Amino acid sequence: MKRVDRYLLARVDLPDSHTLAVYRAHGGYQALEQVLRKPWKPEQVTQVVKDSALRGRGGAGFLTGLKWSFMPDPAKDPRPRYLAINADESEPGTCKDRVLMERDPHGLIEGCLVSAYAMRASTVYIYVRGEYRVSYARLQAAIDEAREAGLVGRRILGSDFSCEIWMHPGAGAYICGEETGLMESLEGKRGHPRPKPPFPAASGLWRSPTTVNNVETIFNVPFLVLRGADWFKALGTKGSTGNFLCGISGHVERPGVYELPFGVTAREILEQCAGGVWKGRRLKAFFPGGSSTGLLPASSVDVVMDHDSVKAAGSMFGTAAMIVLDETASIAQLMEVTLRFYDHESCGQCSQCREGTEWLHQIFRRIVRGQGRMQDLDLLVSLANGMAPAKTICALADAAAIPTLSAVKHFRAELEQCVRLGRDPLATATAQSPEHHEAHA
Amino acid sequence: MALPQTITSELDALVTHYPDRRAALIPALHRCQEQLGGWLSPQTLEDLAAYFGLEPVEVFGVAFFYPMFRLRPRGRHLVSVCHNVSCSLRGAEQLLEHVCKVTGAPVGGTSPDGRFSVVRVECQGACANAPMLDLDGTFHEDLDPERAERILRSAP
Ligand SMILES: Cc1cc2nc3c(=O)[nH]c(=O)nc-3n(C[C@H](O)[C@H](O)[C@H](O)COP(=O)(O)O)c2cc1C
Ligand code: FES
Repeated sequence: MKRVDRYLLARVDLPDSHTLAVYRAHGGYQALEQVLRKPWKPEQVTQVVKDSALRGRGGAGFLTGLKWSFMPDPAKDPRPRYLAINADESEPGTCKDRVLMERDPHGLIEGCLVSAYAMRASTVYIYVRGEYRVSYARLQAAIDEAREAGLVGRRILGSDFSCEIWMHPGAGAYICGEETGLMESLEGKRGHPRPKPPFPAASGLWRSPTTVNNVETIFNVPFLVLRGADWFKALGTKGSTGNFLCGISGHVERPGVYELPFGVTAREILEQCAGGVWKGRRLKAFFPGGSSTGLLPASSVDVVMDHDSVKAAGSMFGTAAMIVLDETASIAQLMEVTLRFYDHESCGQCSQCREGTEWLHQIFRRIVRGQGRMQDLDLLVSLANGMAPAKTICALADAAAIPTLSAVKHFRAELEQCVRLGRDPLATATAQSPEHHEAHA
Repeated sequence: MALPQTITSELDALVTHYPDRRAALIPALHRCQEQLGGWLSPQTLEDLAAYFGLEPVEVFGVAFFYPMFRLRPRGRHLVSVCHNVSCSLRGAEQLLEHVCKVTGAPVGGTSPDGRFSVVRVECQGACANAPMLDLDGTFHEDLDPERAERILRSAP
């Protein structure tokens, strides 16, 4: 693996990296100054983002510039315009946005300002999951410092551009990471996703034009302004440009968050960044991009990490949260934990998802406990096929169906073995495992 | 009853961040929970409903939806142990069992002396430093049962 030209994590290890003084001393707010002082037209910023082919880092990999261009023309549409930053980070395995928010909060604030300028939004909300108290405090402190310095608020740096940034905490619900669930939650309601269309650009927060972007996506924007689209495209592969943050966790020697260019292989990340599978054991399987992406067997470890290649290998790039399983791990137990999560987090609006996640969870649960039946394998497949693709209001049902189908596809023999033996020989003990999830109240 | 003035004056500022006051409801539930004993009593929810001009049932419905909001009293300290994939691969269940032993609280319950409540929670975004627990809003990561015990024993 060649040396990585780091920019996303270039500042995070500096002492006091979260302060305005340190951010400024390392080139901070130069992109904002360039855009406002030169000045650039808002469309020019959008054009650079389009030219760069930046894809969203929140899981779906949608082209950011294209998404921005869906915002209506302000000359014809006088409604207020919003940018909402998705800092809900709750896809299991994903822990990358937190590094940026805790250790380089001004980088995100500058990204918000430049992006809001491009979309002519005058209000930004940063929706941070409630558990991320350090991220929240660091971002709030950064906003306060920036406001004091004339970088947030009215007539920023003496220009005509005014923009407010408000922090908003979530309260522990995964579904609020889904962009329309996020908007409902931000409006003070339960996080029930909205049917699309209308898409957020047409009717989002308070029925006004809204763009929702992931933290890491927006963090890239100031670099695009300063260094240009060609620099960015030179870093990655044809379909996936730039660097990305990979959080690697599970059975590895050195779990962590690493910055890498698209085009590295999963093996390179596993062996060279994370020090290989722990305890000298062999690799069994891995999720390439969080627990809602298809589980891949060890034989797929040479897959190139970019959106198209991971898809061709039968999974998804997702949030680049690699979760690694060694040869001792139980697939049935892994899937019980995974489906317990989706069962718990389903908002319950769509029956396929509400019932389906519970069924999948209970089936894996009984397989682990030696009470599975041979028909259960086909039942898992038929249930999952009834939930996805695109059969529900949002993709949470897909997020539960996809790993289920992949587990049955690649590890059917192991699951059948549990049924035949009447026990899961690889399962480890659980502490007072709840039958159904406990009511949190 | 009404909300204490320290809270309402904070809320008066919060509601100005949004075109519709109601958007401040979730931040308001957090403020109340933090400042009124770590849970949301029926009285608090009714007071919040009055503050926002909503039906109490609306506010109950929102509070009930979100796992971070607690609708029953709890112990002095709240210990949340992540049991999702990355943590469970690195010993979350053994950690949880040990936490229950040290605190005397069952999973989902409170210790007889009222000091600790212990709950299971989903992925907290600390997966690269698994397993983890959250004690009263502070993450403790890269844990093993012994380290967790020391942390819990030093809680006041
Ligand atoms: C169930 C579910 C949960 C999601 N959770 C998150 C999340 O925590 N963070 C995030 O950025 N995107 C999440 N997404 C994706 C968002 O809906 C949306 O695509 C994303 O925020 C767009 O940002 P991007 O284009 O910059 O990637 C989730 C999607 C689904 C279906
Ligand atoms: S799985 Fe425990 S913090 Fe992510």
